[in-house]
Amino acid sequence: MIEASPFSAACGIIRIMNVSNDLQLELANVSLDYGARRVLAGITLALRCRETLVVAGPNGSGKSTLLRLLCGLQRPTGGHVFYQLGGTRYRPAEVHWLVGWVAPELQLYRELTALENLRFFAEVRGLRPTTAELEALLAEVGLDGRGGDLLAAYSSGMAQRLRYAYALLHQPPVLLLDEPTLTLDQRGTALVERIIARQRERGLTIIATNDPRELCWGDSVLRLGG
Amino acid sequence: MLFTPNLTSLLRAAWAVFRKDLRSELRTRYAFNALALFAITTVVALSLGVGFLTEGRNADLPLIQAALLWVAVLFAAFTGLARAFVQEEEARTATALRLAALPLAVYLGKLLFNLTLLLLLDLLVALLFAVLLHIRVGNLGLFAALLVAGSLGLVVATTLIAAIIARASVKGALFAVLSFPLLVPLLVVAIQGTALALAGSGWEHGRAPLQVLLAYTVALFVAALFLFGSVWEA
Repeated sequence: MIEASPFSAACGIIRIMNVSNDLQLELANVSLDYGARRVLAGITLALRCRETLVVAGPNGSGKSTLLRLLCGLQRPTGGHVFYQLGGTRYRPAEVHWLVGWVAPELQLYRELTALENLRFFAEVRGLRPTTAELEALLAEVGLDGRGGDLLAAYSSGMAQRLRYAYALLHQPPVLLLDEPTLTLDQRGTALVERIIARQRERGLTIIATNDPRELCWGDSVLRLGG
Repeated sequence: MLFTPNLTSLLRAAWAVFRKDLRSELRTRYAFNALALFAITTVVALSLGVGFLTEGRNADLPLIQAALLWVAVLFAAFTGLARAFVQEEEARTATALRLAALPLAVYLGKLLFNLTLLLLLDLLVALLFAVLLHIRVGNLGLFAALLVAGSLGLVVATTLIAAIIARASVKGALFAVLSFPLLVPLLVVAIQGTALALAGSGWEHGRAPLQVLLAYTVALFVAALFLFGSVWEA
C-alpha cells in the first residue's frame, strides 16, 4: 500500500484510500494527430506499480505529448489511456490527484514566493500543511532558506527544483518527468535520481528524456519516432 | 470510492484560489489599474461631452444617466475581468492549476475575485458620476441593490466567457462578441431599474427589475456550474 501524504490527515477533497499494489497504467493502441500530422501511433503498453519507464526519441517524436496524455492534459485521437485501481479503470482526467508532473512547460506563479506557491497548491488539493512541513519539502529539493523569495527572483535551476516540490507535494502514486534534469546542476541531478529511487517504492514513474545517461533509470525503454 | 469531494473542501479550495488571485493582484495591480483607468477616462470623457445634465434639458434624464453609468461599468469590466483567466494562460500557470484544483473551485474562486473587482469598480464609477456628472440618486438603497444585482449577473457571465476565450488568439474581440448577446437582457433590465432608483421610485417599483436580475444571475450561475468543467479542461 502506498503511504498517505503527511498532510492527508486534513485532506478534504482527496482521500487516498488503499492505493495499493494493483495500480496499473494501460495504453491501448494510442494515437494522436496534430491536424494532418500523426505524432503518436499505435502505442500499447502496460505499466505496473514500482516500475519505471523511460520514453526516448528525437525532438518532435511525441515524448512530451505522451506525458501530457498520461496526466490528462490532452486526449488521444485514437485508443485509450487508463489507470486501473482496485479493479476500476479511470481516465487520466478523472484522477489528476494521482499524478505528479514535472515539465519545462510547467510554470508556477512568479509573483508569489515559493512557500506561497506550495501553500496555494496544497490548499487547492485539499491539504493543509504547516509551514514547517512545506519548508521541509523545500529543503528536500535543495531550496532550504529560499522559501520566502519571489519566484521571479529564482534561477532556472531553482525553478526546476520547485517544480519537483510542486509535483511531490501530495506524494503522488504516479510521477511523470519530462526532461527531468533540464537546467539542473550535478547536485540537482543526484536529487532527481534519489526522487526516482524513492518513487520506485511507492508507485510508478515515467521519464521522457533525450539524455543517454538517463536511459538506465528505467526498467524499460520506449523509443518513439522510429 | 477514491475521489470524494465535499462541499466544505470545495469552498476551501475556491477560497484559496480567491486569496491567491487577490495576493497576485495586490502585487501587480494589473486588472484593477486597467479597470480604474478605463472607468476614469470614460466618465471624464462623458462629463466633457455632455456636461452637467439637468432635468430642464431632458425629460428622460434618469434613463440617460442610468444608461451611461451601465455602459461605463460594462466596458470597464470588459477590459479587466477577462484577466483572471487570460493571465493564467499567458503566464502558463493554468496547467499547474488544472492538475491541482477541481474545476469548480477554480470557477468559484475566480468568480469571487472578479466580483470583488467589479464592486470596487461600481463604487468608483458611482462616485465619479456623482462628482463629474452631478447625478442625484433618489433612492440610494435601491440604487445600490440594483448595482450589486447587475454586477453579480455581469460577473457570472463574464467569468465563464473569460475562461472560454483565454486560449484564443483574438481574446478582446471574442470576449466582446460572446458577452454581448448574453449581457443584453441583463443590461436592459439593469438600466431601467437604475433609472427608477435615480428618479426616486420606491422599492415597490424596483422589486421587479431586482427580481429579474437575480433570476437571470441564478440561471446563468447554474448553467456555468455545469459548463465550466468542459470549458476549463477542453
